[in-house]
Amino acid sequence: MEALSPTMEEGQVVKWLKGEGDAVAQGDILAEIETDKATMELVARGEGVLRRVFVGEGAAAPVGDVIAIIAPEGEDIGALVAGLGGGRTAAADGAGASEADAGAATEAEAAAAKTPEASVAPVPDPTPVAPTTATPPTPTRVKASPVAKRLARDAGLDIATLQGSGPGGRVIKRDVEAAARAAAAPPTAAPAPPVSPWPAPSDTEFEDIALTQMRKTVARRLGESLGPVPHFFLTVDVDMTRALAARKRVNELLAARGAKASINDLVIKAAAVALTHHPECNAWWQGDSVRRFHRAHIGVAVAVPDGLITPVVRDAQAKGLGQISTEVRELAGRAREKKLQPHEYTGSTFSISNLGMFGIEEFTAVINPPEAGIIAVGAVEERPVAVGGEVIVQPRMRVTMSCDHRVIDGAQGARFLATLKSFLEEPAAILM
Amino acid sequence: MAGNTNGRTDYDVIIIGGGPGGYVAAIRAGQLGLKAACVEADKLGGVCLNIGCIPTKALLSSALLVGELKDAGGHGISFDGFTADLGPAQKRSRKVASRLSNGVSFLLKKNRVDHVEGYGRLLGGGAVEVEKDGEKRRITAGDIIIATGSRPRSLPFLQIDEERIWSSTGALFQEQAPETLVVVGAGAVGMEFADIYNAYGTKVTVIEALDRVLPLEDKESSRAVAQAFKRRKMDIFTSARVESTVARDEGVTISFTDRRGKAHTLDVDYVLSAVGRIPNTEDIGLEAAGVKLTERGNFIAIDEATRTNVPGIWAVGDCAGNQLLAHKGMHEGVVAAEHIAGVGHHTVDYGNVPNCTYCHPEVASVGLTEEQAREKGLDIEVGKFPWAGNGRALAAGDSTGFIKVIRDKRYSEVVGAHIVGPHATELIAEFVMARHLESTVEEIDRAMHPHPTLSEAVAEGALGALGRALHI
Repeated sequence: MEALSPTMEEGQVVKWLKGEGDAVAQGDILAEIETDKATMELVARGEGVLRRVFVGEGAAAPVGDVIAIIAPEGEDIGALVAGLGGGRTAAADGAGASEADAGAATEAEAAAAKTPEASVAPVPDPTPVAPTTATPPTPTRVKASPVAKRLARDAGLDIATLQGSGPGGRVIKRDVEAAARAAAAPPTAAPAPPVSPWPAPSDTEFEDIALTQMRKTVARRLGESLGPVPHFFLTVDVDMTRALAARKRVNELLAARGAKASINDLVIKAAAVALTHHPECNAWWQGDSVRRFHRAHIGVAVAVPDGLITPVVRDAQAKGLGQISTEVRELAGRAREKKLQPHEYTGSTFSISNLGMFGIEEFTAVINPPEAGIIAVGAVEERPVAVGGEVIVQPRMRVTMSCDHRVIDGAQGARFLATLKSFLEEPAAILM
Repeated sequence: MAGNTNGRTDYDVIIIGGGPGGYVAAIRAGQLGLKAACVEADKLGGVCLNIGCIPTKALLSSALLVGELKDAGGHGISFDGFTADLGPAQKRSRKVASRLSNGVSFLLKKNRVDHVEGYGRLLGGGAVEVEKDGEKRRITAGDIIIATGSRPRSLPFLQIDEERIWSSTGALFQEQAPETLVVVGAGAVGMEFADIYNAYGTKVTVIEALDRVLPLEDKESSRAVAQAFKRRKMDIFTSARVESTVARDEGVTISFTDRRGKAHTLDVDYVLSAVGRIPNTEDIGLEAAGVKLTERGNFIAIDEATRTNVPGIWAVGDCAGNQLLAHKGMHEGVVAAEHIAGVGHHTVDYGNVPNCTYCHPEVASVGLTEEQAREKGLDIEVGKFPWAGNGRALAAGDSTGFIKVIRDKRYSEVVGAHIVGPHATELIAEFVMARHLESTVEEIDRAMHPHPTLSEAVAEGALGALGRALHI
C-alpha cells in the first residue's frame, strides 16, 4: 500500500481496475484507493502481469503492506507469496533475499511511504517485484574525494586504479593512504611455487581461489572498460619483411652495447611516432573533456603471475630501440616481482598488448581507461598473400586497434593504423 | 510476523532508553524491518526533548526576541512600558516540548516499534527486565542497544536541590526571572541559561573553573562570546574556584576565589549548577551482562560501530561517552541499528561532530581548534572573516563575531571551522559536510553561495584560509 497522501496510514481498496492475470504497463491505474483524504488512483510503478491480489475490494491495508504482486509472466513468485504474511518485511524475507537486500527493499518502501502526494508519479515501485537486474548507472568519472585526489597526485598514484571504500566505491582519503603505504612497503616475497613436472594430482572437483587485490582491480577495470567505453575495432595486416630486416640490422649494431630489440620494441617505437602524427588517438577520455597528448607514453601490457600490469615507457617517440628494449625488459622484470613504483605504471597515453609470443594470430585488447586506444599485436607468421596477382609467402603480423568511440572516430583510427603500418613496412620512414 | 526473530526471542532488538539516541535507533531498526521495542520509564524524547535542547531553544528564541525588541528603536518600533515576563515564555517552551514528545510516540508507532513503558535492566544474554509500578517482566531480543543517557553532575560544594541550587532542569521550570543568579560552569548549558535569564532582567554572574568561557571552543570564539556577554552587563569570572554554597530559604550565599586568588562572596537568589553531566550507567544491569565501562567517567566502552565488549550489546548516546550531544547520540543510534540489521557500512566519525551553543551570539564549531591544530604540528593557514564584512549580517543588525577556517596546507583539508555570530549553528553544517566529503577549502569557495546571505561568509572564511578573502 503506497502512501498516497502525506498523512495516510492506511488505505482502502475501493475498486481494482486490473484483475489478476492482466498485463500491466508502468503508469497504468491499478486501483482506486480511499485514503484519509480522498479517493486516489494507485498507479503501477513497474510492468508485468498483475499476478496476485491480496487485498480485495472494500478491504484496507496499512501503508507499506503488500497488496498485490506485479511480476513478469512465468516468473516464480511462489517463494514470495509463501513468505508474505502481510508486512513489508515479510515480503522482503519471503523473497529469499539476504538481510542486506531485505534492508534495501524496506528502505525503498519506507521512502515510498514518505513521499508526499505531490510527487505520486515517481514513487519507487511498491510492488515486491523480485530483484530484477537493474542496470547500475554507468560511471562517467572516477568517484573520489577532492582530498583523496590531491593525495593521490602527490603520491604518484592513479586514482582510477584504486579501490574505493566510500559509499558507492568512492575513493576516500584512507584508500589512498593505504595504497601509498602498500606501494612504499617492500613487497612480501611470494613463496616459490613448487617445481613439479606434472600438475599435482587433484582429488577435488574444483578449487576456489580467492581474488588477489590485483585480480580484483583487473576485473573492476576491465568491467569499467567494456561497460561504459564504447569500443570498436580496426585490424590491419602488416608485411613485416622490412621490419624483421631492420630489427636484425639494429640488433647487430646494438650487440656492442649488449642490448637486443624485439619486434614488440619496434612496434612500440613505430606506434609512438605514429601517435605524434595522430594526436587524436593519443588521448584520454576525461568525462567532460578529451585530453590529447603531444608525447607518447606507451603502456606495455605485461603478464604477471596473478594478472597483468602495464608499465609505461615514457616519451617512447623520442627513444631509440635499444633504450626502449632495455626499459621494457627492466620494467617487465620488476613488474613480475611486484616492485614497480606507482609512477612506473600510471600516466600512459596509449597501450600495446602483444600476445605474439603465444602464437596468437589476432585478438582484441580491452582499452585501459582513460586512454582512448590500445593495439593488440599478434604473432609474426609466414602467410601466403596475394601481391600483384601472385600468391607469395611473407612474414605478416596483424594489429588490431581498439578505439574508444567517444574519442576516436573510425577514420581517425584508420589513419593512425595506416601510418603505423607504413612505418612497420618501411621502418626507414620512422626517421623521416 | 515481521522481523527475523523466528520466534526464539520476543524482539529482534530492544532499546533501553527513549531519548534521542534510543528513539532514533528504534525508528531506524523499524525502518530496516527489525522488530523493535523501546523501553522508557519516563517521557519519550529523553532529556533533549523534554528538559534539554528543545525547551532551552524555545526559551533562547524568546530571549533573542526580547533583546531585539529592546533595540527596536532603530526599526521605528517603540513601546510604552516594555516588559519581559519569563512565565509565558516558559509555558510556551513546555508546549513545544510536549508537542515533540508526542511526535516521537507517533514515529515509533509508524515504524512499528513497541514502546514498552518501564525501567529497563539488562539480565545478561539477550534478556531485559522491565520494571513498572513494582511489577517486573522479562523480554528478550537478539540484540540490545543501551541508550540510558546522562544526568547533571552534582558537586560536593554545589549540591543540586532544584530549590535554590538548580540543575538545568530547575532552571527550566521557573515562572519568574529572579533578580540575581549565579551560573557555575560556562559550558554550553551555563552560557545558554545565562543568556536567557539575562534577557529577562536577571543580574547574572558566570563562574568558570577553566581559563575561559566555552572552554572546548577555539580561544577566539571564547573571547568573542565573553566580550558580548560583558557588554550585556553580565559578570564573568574565569579560572575561578567555588569554595562553598549555602542555600537558605530566601537565597544562596556563594563563595569563590577569582583568578588572582581574591575571595568573593555573593548573596544571590539562585545558583545554577552547570558543571557537566554524568552517565546513567548504574542500576541498569551492566554487571549482569558483563558490559565494560571506560576507565574514566564510567561511560560504557564502545567501538566506532557502537559495539560494547559483549556481542549483541550496543551502546549509544551520552551513556556511551565521547561528546555528550544529542546529534552524536542520534547518529550512533542509526549506526547501531544498521549494524544490527546487517546493513551497517559506516561508523561514527567522532572527529567530525559539530559543537553548538545557542546563546547570543551563537557559537558553533567542527574539527580542531587553532591551538589543537598547532599542537598536532599541522602546517596550517587560518582565515578569519568578520561578520562586519557580510552584507546580510549588517542588514540584519547582527554582525558580532566571525567565521574562522583552519586549513591544512598540504591537501587543503578543512582542519577546523569556528563560527561566532548569527545562525552559527546552522552555518556550521556546511563545514561538517565539507569535512565529511573530504572537500578541500577551494571547493567550498567554488561552490557558489547566494548573495546576500550569511552563507557567503562561509565561502569568505574558506577564501580567508587561502589568504584571499574578497570582502575584507
